Amino acid sequence: MTLFGYRIPMMASLLVWCVAWEIVGRLDLVFLLPPFSDVLAAAFQLVQSPSWQDATVTTLRAFTIGIALAIALGIPLGILMGRIKIADDLLGMWVNIFASAPLSALVPVLMILFGFGERTIIAAVFLFAVWIIVLDTRAGVRHVSPSLIEMARSYGATKPALYAKIILWAALPEILAGIRLGLIRGVKGVVIGQLLVAIVGYGALFETFSRNFRMAEFWALTIILFAFAMLIAELIERIEGKVEYYAGARQ
Amino acid sequence: MAVTAVREKPSAIHTSLEAIVEVKGICKSYGNVEALRDINLDFPRGKLTSLLGPSGCGKTTLLKIIAGLIGASAGSVTVDGKRVSGPGPERAFVFQDFALMPWATVLRNVAFGLELRGTGKAERDEIARRYIAQVGLSGFEDKYPHELSGGMRQRVGLARALSVDAEVLLLDEPFSAVDEQNRRKFQEDLIRLRSAQNKTFIFVTHSIEEAVYISDRIVLLSPRPGRVSQVIEPDIDRSGDPDRIHRDKHYLDTVEEIWQGLKQYVE
Repeated sequence: MTLFGYRIPMMASLLVWCVAWEIVGRLDLVFLLPPFSDVLAAAFQLVQSPSWQDATVTTLRAFTIGIALAIALGIPLGILMGRIKIADDLLGMWVNIFASAPLSALVPVLMILFGFGERTIIAAVFLFAVWIIVLDTRAGVRHVSPSLIEMARSYGATKPALYAKIILWAALPEILAGIRLGLIRGVKGVVIGQLLVAIVGYGALFETFSRNFRMAEFWALTIILFAFAMLIAELIERIEGKVEYYAGARQ
Repeated sequence: MAVTAVREKPSAIHTSLEAIVEVKGICKSYGNVEALRDINLDFPRGKLTSLLGPSGCGKTTLLKIIAGLIGASAGSVTVDGKRVSGPGPERAFVFQDFALMPWATVLRNVAFGLELRGTGKAERDEIARRYIAQVGLSGFEDKYPHELSGGMRQRVGLARALSVDAEVLLLDEPFSAVDEQNRRKFQEDLIRLRSAQNKTFIFVTHSIEEAVYISDRIVLLSPRPGRVSQVIEPDIDRSGDPDRIHRDKHYLDTVEEIWQGLKQYVE
């Protein structure tokens, strides 16, 4: 971005908002909003505390396992639905319902199924992330050029080769978009899951902070989470950018 | 041409040359729509035969049936005496929209047919490089399809078909998505390539000029349903300057003759 001929760094707008926050916080208008500098100080302390480090490890582990499961199951399911009409007819309705349903309402059910622990959190991440991956993969597979498939067949491609060498690659831009959206939803899933279970990871921390009105720490933790979600989304976007050179040039 | 003359068989009825591809009684219907009706054709070895006709005459359908990409409703196709039930290594296809993998380099695209056959990387790359040079794309091995013009992309498609060393090359309107100047250059190159390759070409086109310019035989198909209406063998000497052919009296007469025959199908 440039303004009056000067190049403005990408994070400039963020800086404006931080200053605004600081001013509002200093005015002491709302007790919920401490000055931003207090929040930053709290963040520095927080990341040094063992309770935060433990919570982060727990949260990251549940998130990673949940996302890995969502990708491992979502992509094959999406390919199946994109290629086989019966599978699409059978599953399409359910995937669409789950993709748009308020899944938070289902987390208590998960607790009954998986107990008050990590498994519920993993299940929540999976549940939040998997559907969009399925839908995007399906859309990608649907858009594979029929002539590319004919080409592979005419040169003697076996079924596995057709999938591994053509369909998966041709659908890769959509699959990556699905994974990016799934990761963001997964962050939602991990937080909501932990909040409802309330004794695990960040959920336990959020619970303590908000119950004891430790707002600076509460905001510090929220910002850390936002930053994490943005960071992984950015990371996937980078990869997407790399494959885009052909996605944009698709026939 | 002397080579093919030796193979002459007295038993062949439709042509004096040995047929490598035989199409017998091919019918194809899509639901109630009859696309092809009772097609009987022989394609002589080492010749370039064009399937020519207005849109909707089923010429691409017929080519894809010969390729084994779609099944016929009735009838059979044999290649070298073996009945076609699917794609096979003795046939290679060149697609109208090039059908290149946009995520792969020119080299990998050309070598893809060999890759699917399990040829080792070093060997298939070497073969691919040879055919990339033959179609005039040396130096473009590491480029991606979107970095090439339409004409160059189709050269990649042609190199891929040549590199699997199939006896029969099936070309589905290969120049229709290529601009006019490139098309003319490409047609000249094809004539040159043909004399060096001694392969059988089956070429689908809707351009009368293109068919007469490059073909040894032209099969005229009539539309709805597709039937063989005429087989023409333009006797044009292609040994000299390719530009001369366009002014050749025989060339012009043949174009005119085909146009008179096809006129009735065009509103």
